[in-house]
Amino acid sequence: MTLNDVKDILDAEVIVGREQLGKEIKTAFSADLMSDVLAFAKTESLLLTGLTNPQVVRTADILDISAIIMVRGKKPSEETVKLAEQLKIPILSTKYILFETSGRLHRSGIVGCIEKVGTE
Amino acid sequence: MSYDKTFSVEGGNFQAAGNVSSEIKGILKELGLPRDTVRRAAIVCYESEINIVSYAKKGQIVLHADDQSVEIEAKDEGSGIPDIELAMKEGYSTATAQVREMGFGAGMGLSNMKRYADDFFISSEVGVGTYVKMVVFNLDLKLHPDHPQWVDTYT
Repeated sequence: MTLNDVKDILDAEVIVGREQLGKEIKTAFSADLMSDVLAFAKTESLLLTGLTNPQVVRTADILDISAIIMVRGKKPSEETVKLAEQLKIPILSTKYILFETSGRLHRSGIVGCIEKVGTE
Repeated sequence: MSYDKTFSVEGGNFQAAGNVSSEIKGILKELGLPRDTVRRAAIVCYESEINIVSYAKKGQIVLHADDQSVEIEAKDEGSGIPDIELAMKEGYSTATAQVREMGFGAGMGLSNMKRYADDFFISSEVGVGTYVKMVVFNLDLKLHPDHPQWVDTYT
């Protein structure tokens, strides 16, 4: 599915990257811990998180993450938006909680970028 | 091809944390290194940059890249690590609330560096600082015809 489909499923607001909604999305990783994202997330996945600071965008940039979805109605800080615009990483914000956000996407065919740790 | 550059990292500047790693990632991409090499080097570099910002007064990241590998050296002037074995344990951390708010400080940093680097070396002296050296081999090298056994490991 495309990032635009993700936006519709999550009734999300696009904060950065309106021009990138055509991106193809297949996998996702949910975490509030950036070190875990660095340890386990795969290139071109979606990152679902409740964190809003610039380090989320940095982490996404280092890993070539396709887009960031901020859950629980969280909105990025001004510095975060600036950095995301500069690095061209889309940010969407949804009011769904992390569990619900992950569940809705999984039901629609998005899978985790890994299933279990220690098996990669 | 051979490339060397030294970057300085300011301790305690959380806003700038990651700038150096982004720049290094850009350089490695520009040098035309394989994607997996760039990704792994960027991750270990970012974790070490976060550590300098979180635990040191100041530090340096030294990048060396050539056709065979990427080397990242992170050296800082800081509190040092009293027990490296303990610090290497996943989940062990002495991070402040500020570090945790950024999504770090969960005791994953050093183990992530070890996970992604092909070669990892660390030494530290309490009250002086910490030195970490990480080497990421080029994926292309692993596909060298003289070493066909390496192919299986990476496919």
